[in-house]
Amino acid sequence: METEFTPWASLAGGAMIGLAAVLLMLVAGRVMGATGILAGALIPASRADATWRWVMIAGMVSAPALYLVATGGWPEITVPVSTPMLLIGGFLVGVGVTFGGGCTSGHGVCGIARISTRSIAATAVFMVACFATVYVVRHVVGG
Amino acid sequence: MRLVLIFLIGALFGLGIVISGMGNPAKVVNFFDIAGTWDPSLIFVMGGALAVTLVGYRLVLPKDRPLFDTAFHLPLARQIDRRLVGGSAVFGIGWGIAGFCPGGALPVLGAFDASVWLFTGALVAGIMAARLGPGLIARRASV
Repeated sequence: METEFTPWASLAGGAMIGLAAVLLMLVAGRVMGATGILAGALIPASRADATWRWVMIAGMVSAPALYLVATGGWPEITVPVSTPMLLIGGFLVGVGVTFGGGCTSGHGVCGIARISTRSIAATAVFMVACFATVYVVRHVVGG
Repeated sequence: MRLVLIFLIGALFGLGIVISGMGNPAKVVNFFDIAGTWDPSLIFVMGGALAVTLVGYRLVLPKDRPLFDTAFHLPLARQIDRRLVGGSAVFGIGWGIAGFCPGGALPVLGAFDASVWLFTGALVAGIMAARLGPGLIARRASV
């Protein structure tokens, strides 16, 4: 299924993600990795440590409603895969980001911005693995 | 004050995800489908985010401390080991199968789309299994 190429919206959205990462570092001294924030909220080191994480997640979850108020429509979410794939993929993502120590936001944005070789390596690995997986799913298996 | 700011930062991140298209799996999978219905938009998300963080972190991190904490909490790990590479590979495979990454899924939970909640449920199960599973196996083995 085709999707529309949206360079300006994607650039603007990306800049907002980057600005949020910089502000979280300025305000709380924390890396804005979705994996780290979620895992720390689920299995908190302390009560105070859990609070800011749940507040951050609540802020994130408020975004579609804010988008609705601003534009008059809900954001478009089209899921091009089956429910079993959604569940298997979700479980693999959870296991992978835990052992890999981060995801697209933590390694791919915050880590690369700190020129962490660990994050650059992790990002290269998960991007290549994702390209290969989509190729196999869409053109080998689904061919 | 700190928590209000963190909520707003979460909302900014979430809006960035929604506007950029990272919360729409059809767009994400198409980015990785160069051999098929390729949509290069996500390059612009990464570019926009990194342009802001590369400059912003350089302004923030030389400070003595963040505004509302005594120190910056930066990852200390430096090593590129099997755990990092293996975990990131599994993450990339799961991302390619499901089309959501953690940062893409959390904000669009607020759009009340059932598939996002299914993915996030599986993601949480994967994180819990990876965090708690090895400990349980070790404990059973030692009995």
